[in-house]
Amino acid sequence: MGRLPKWADVALIPLINLALALIVSGLVVLYIGENPIEAVAIMVNGAIGSTYGWGYTLYYATNFIFTGLAVAVAFHARLFNIGGEGQAGLGGLGVALVCLFIPWPHWTLALPAAILAGALFGAALAAVPAWLQAKRGSHIVITTIMFNFIASALLVYLLVNVLKKPGQMSPETARFPEGARLPSAHDMASWVGLDFSKSAPLNITFFIAILACVAVWFLIWRTRLGYQIRAFGHSEPAAVYAGINPVKITMVTMLISGALAGLMGINSVMGEAERLVIDSVQGAGFVGIAVALMGRSHPAGVFLAALLFGMLYQGGGELEFEKPAVSREMILVIQGLVILFTGALDNMVRMPLEGLFLRLRGGAR
Amino acid sequence: MDFTTVILVLDSALRLATPLLFACLAGLFSERSGIFDIGLEGKMLASAFFSASVAAFTGSVWLGLLAGMGASIFLALIHGVASITFRGNQLISGVAINFLASGVTVIVGQSWFSLGGRTPQLEGAARFQEITLPFAEALRGVPVIGPIYADLISGHSILVYAGFAAVALSWWVLYRTRFGLRLRAVGENPEAVDTAGISVIGLRYTATIICGALCGLAGTYLATGLAAGFVREMSAGRGFIALAALIFAKWRPGYALLACLLFGLLEAMGNRFQNIDVLGINVPTQFMQALPYILTVVILAGFVGRAIPPRAGGEPYVKER
Repeated sequence: MGRLPKWADVALIPLINLALALIVSGLVVLYIGENPIEAVAIMVNGAIGSTYGWGYTLYYATNFIFTGLAVAVAFHARLFNIGGEGQAGLGGLGVALVCLFIPWPHWTLALPAAILAGALFGAALAAVPAWLQAKRGSHIVITTIMFNFIASALLVYLLVNVLKKPGQMSPETARFPEGARLPSAHDMASWVGLDFSKSAPLNITFFIAILACVAVWFLIWRTRLGYQIRAFGHSEPAAVYAGINPVKITMVTMLISGALAGLMGINSVMGEAERLVIDSVQGAGFVGIAVALMGRSHPAGVFLAALLFGMLYQGGGELEFEKPAVSREMILVIQGLVILFTGALDNMVRMPLEGLFLRLRGGAR
Repeated sequence: MDFTTVILVLDSALRLATPLLFACLAGLFSERSGIFDIGLEGKMLASAFFSASVAAFTGSVWLGLLAGMGASIFLALIHGVASITFRGNQLISGVAINFLASGVTVIVGQSWFSLGGRTPQLEGAARFQEITLPFAEALRGVPVIGPIYADLISGHSILVYAGFAAVALSWWVLYRTRFGLRLRAVGENPEAVDTAGISVIGLRYTATIICGALCGLAGTYLATGLAAGFVREMSAGRGFIALAALIFAKWRPGYALLACLLFGLLEAMGNRFQNIDVLGINVPTQFMQALPYILTVVILAGFVGRAIPPRAGGEPYVKER
């Protein structure tokens, strides 16, 4: 440990990894006969060139902040929660139930209830894998994968057979009543006399996501529980020796993680769609893995990585519109490469860099 | 349910079990050597795409098979480099491979064929054709045995039979050869294998390549046997069902066959009947789709026969710690 200066560990290595991922992605774009530089220009312009672009970029980023924080919190306890997709889906169900069946007079009352319901439903789905890991030693990666599929089957069943609005074909719920409508970025901008794109889905949930970042930072680095989570993640035997209960830490960490993923439902279900549709998560749960890895499991890093992926998602959509040869799936390739280089091939960059810094320091002495 | 329906459902179950079986055996070799692999899904998808594409270009399904296996082995080697050479996190590497495969197959497919990520419909020699076993037609008239032989056992593509052969072969390799003994040892206690002067890295890379080859067979069968061409996301979670089957089978080839047949049967029944009545209770199809995962969680929980993974699984090997 400590063979690298801190700035190299938190900034240089992630940037090199990201650059490698982008270079390989550029080669793919080149292979299908398009100009990668031009593609990047279109993506950047589409993502941040207008308030409309920003509205989408930040909307996606809000989703990814929640799922990224979910993965990051679990990483601190050395638990790999790959079930963000299912937990976010179930969180969306909780949000939808609260919005549909309680006649809210105003969104300021509906929002806290929706936060509670989303967190509760997300945590509930994480509870079973957490308990199985803590008590029975069943590998949490496998159980959370299985629960993604179980949750998706459950949601399809509920939408098709129970929650579907009567008399319509598509499996989605009725539109939420007016009292549960969250203020959009357009509304909020008009409060302070600014103009913001009306069609972008960005809404007040973005600020809740920022609050969640601060809360997670406080939890992990400023509370006793956070200390216990980190201690448990560094070394389970040492944590047990220090009197930390592994069952409790596993359970609590996973419940927090599931709750954070569940909060995504506020943004996508209540803020954007204003109804529950099939697959409301759309892969954001998996993007959370890439975001947490890039952000080095730190809330500030998660925020920046989520912003980057928000730009990728919005820019990728624009790119497909301008250049149909580069389809939206390019995002999946970039995402896969980012996960590969920052997560799995980290040592490929780290090992030579450590050698380099060792030699530099030797020379300075 | 009459006898003909039973035969039809079982016949469909055999076909649906085959890709699961190849992928499950692929995971078995990898995980028995101590390399977790949640990238089975991505390798299947990539091989489905490249086998269908090459079969579409050349008109030969055998060249397609080669391409499919090649693509899958290439991804397996990326996983190997990440998890063996650079001692990265094997689970994260698997996740990355799944994303890469679902992106690359659509983008390259769109660039090659411009069919929205699909390959052209495969016909004739570009697909694995059904094989009629000897005497199938002659025996069809015999009651009970005749239909079973002619409709259930006969009339599959060669890869279905190869799947069954692969189970026997895997069992023989794992439990009756020196290589198999070493492979199982390296997944349990790599230090001991290293001390005996056998290369841990070599064994694990070999297992990874076998895993890639078998996933290649799974994907090729999906696109050229079960279906007639590639469509996006056609593996549809089968890689994860295979992973579930592997745990269900407790990392043993014989049980893997039974688990895959069971999960194949569940899928076949889900396809055939939209709703099933069990003792007067209506079982929705979504429950049938979720059942493999629910069963696996139950097995993992250890309430019904505990599943214990290979001991060194997921841990990169560091010499002289």
